[in-house]
Amino acid sequence: MYTLKPLGDSALLVTFGNEMEPRINQRVLALASLLDSMPLTGIIETVPAYASLLVHYNPLIITHEQTADWVRKHIESVNFLVARKPRTVEVPTYYGGTHGTDIEDVAASQGLSYSEVIRIHSGREYLVYMMGFTPGFPYMGKLDDAIIVPRLGAPRALVKSGTVAIAGAQTGIYPLDSPGGWRLIGWTPLRLFDSSNEIPFLFAPGDMVRFVPI
Amino acid sequence: MLEVIETGGLVTIQDAGRYGWRKYGVPASGPMDWFAYEIANTLVGNAKEAAALEIGFGDVTLRAMCNCVVAVTGAGFIVSTFIWKFPLWNSFTVRNGWKINISKNGNGNWAYLAVAGGIQVDPVLGSRSTNLRAGMGMKLQSGDFLKTGKPTHALEDLAARTLPLEKRPVYNSSPVIAVIEGPQNDWFSQDGHDMFVNCEYKVSIASDRMGYRLEGPPIMQIRNANLLSEGMAVGSVQIPADGQPIAMMADCPTTGGYPKIANIIKADLPIFAQTPIDTGKVHFKLTSIADAHSRYRSMISGIESEIEGIENDATFAQ
Repeated sequence: MYTLKPLGDSALLVTFGNEMEPRINQRVLALASLLDSMPLTGIIETVPAYASLLVHYNPLIITHEQTADWVRKHIESVNFLVARKPRTVEVPTYYGGTHGTDIEDVAASQGLSYSEVIRIHSGREYLVYMMGFTPGFPYMGKLDDAIIVPRLGAPRALVKSGTVAIAGAQTGIYPLDSPGGWRLIGWTPLRLFDSSNEIPFLFAPGDMVRFVPI
Repeated sequence: MLEVIETGGLVTIQDAGRYGWRKYGVPASGPMDWFAYEIANTLVGNAKEAAALEIGFGDVTLRAMCNCVVAVTGAGFIVSTFIWKFPLWNSFTVRNGWKINISKNGNGNWAYLAVAGGIQVDPVLGSRSTNLRAGMGMKLQSGDFLKTGKPTHALEDLAARTLPLEKRPVYNSSPVIAVIEGPQNDWFSQDGHDMFVNCEYKVSIASDRMGYRLEGPPIMQIRNANLLSEGMAVGSVQIPADGQPIAMMADCPTTGGYPKIANIIKADLPIFAQTPIDTGKVHFKLTSIADAHSRYRSMISGIESEIEGIENDATFAQ
């Protein structure tokens, strides 16, 4: 089950659902991987998200119909059950401290101790569903219900790069100094983005991540 | 080589954009007015994707450190060099040591300066476009030197060329902008849709390379739901909780979670981008993809053959 809708005259949005669910995301990433491996002249790139895939195309080279036909053909043929073995990335994390400024609030509002928040957050592996917001920012989930808290009412003007954060059922890491509306609970010395590296990004959609308290 | 003498606003290097990295969250960046940028390059014999300067929000003065041919396109600026004033959308010769001054004048937001040979700066992730938030490239300032490449033709063959007025976008302060209906169309009531296409929306002063914030009758969503983040395109019109539309522009994030009521068509992005910030107003109208594609192709396909030589139409600068 999927829908295909135009997003303007140079992109096509394929939507598989409206939930943060690993099996839906697996369909998105499997399709992205298949489309990327069978390029069609005129397709610029694909952008996976939680439950959808955006296909950017060049209307000087191909039409909306040609793009839609190509996508439909591949949706029929992709084997959604054959996922590549995910890579697991370990993220050494200093919880609390000068960057994890919201961790006490999260503990208090959830009726947990500070160390329970750490134990719960670091206690499971998270799927990188998608990347966006700023270069290298991973949207990961799902959090244990016990530490699900809403994002801030208004974003902070500045969150430092490396800060580990949570919002709703998601957890993320800010790769660059930027504004941010999520709850800050820790910091990692890992660099998520380095343009001078051959592989500039630490994460990719589909990776599994484990936070390791330091 | 060009030297940056003085900048008053935002001057950045832009090429056609940074593609292939949007799945990692890297915005495409590139020019706000893609047509003016491409024509500036075409006028000086560069490939359409060559790096050029984008100028906004203030004046800029440069100095040529060698003989070169330059073209300035866009809207809302005038250009002069040495004792000459030139109209926009013309290529002209600049001699070693001459200053080039580009100043705000009239209606419009962005000017593009292309130099024959292109601006040569090290690409980041395959592109010379600037994205300040991501630390790719920099805001240019006084004392910066810009290396330029080798022109594709002799300078005398590249100077005194223009794109005729009838082939340029009809920039104006209250344009009608064509859109394709958005994927979250059904998140808004018929009243909301009627307002979107019948009412006037002002381009607010809180508008920049990431997005243009529009002010007008609020459009409220009728579905009580949150949208999961999904990919966005340049021109996507998001409606956040306050009902004031935001049109995504060149540096917009690659994904977003507000419902999208519509998406501006490529052919109208240049006019939309040049709607004067703080004073300009737009009206939206729906169109089909077929119409959008046909307008885009007729705008740019074969444009090189429309370039004409001109008699010298420089005037003495005051």
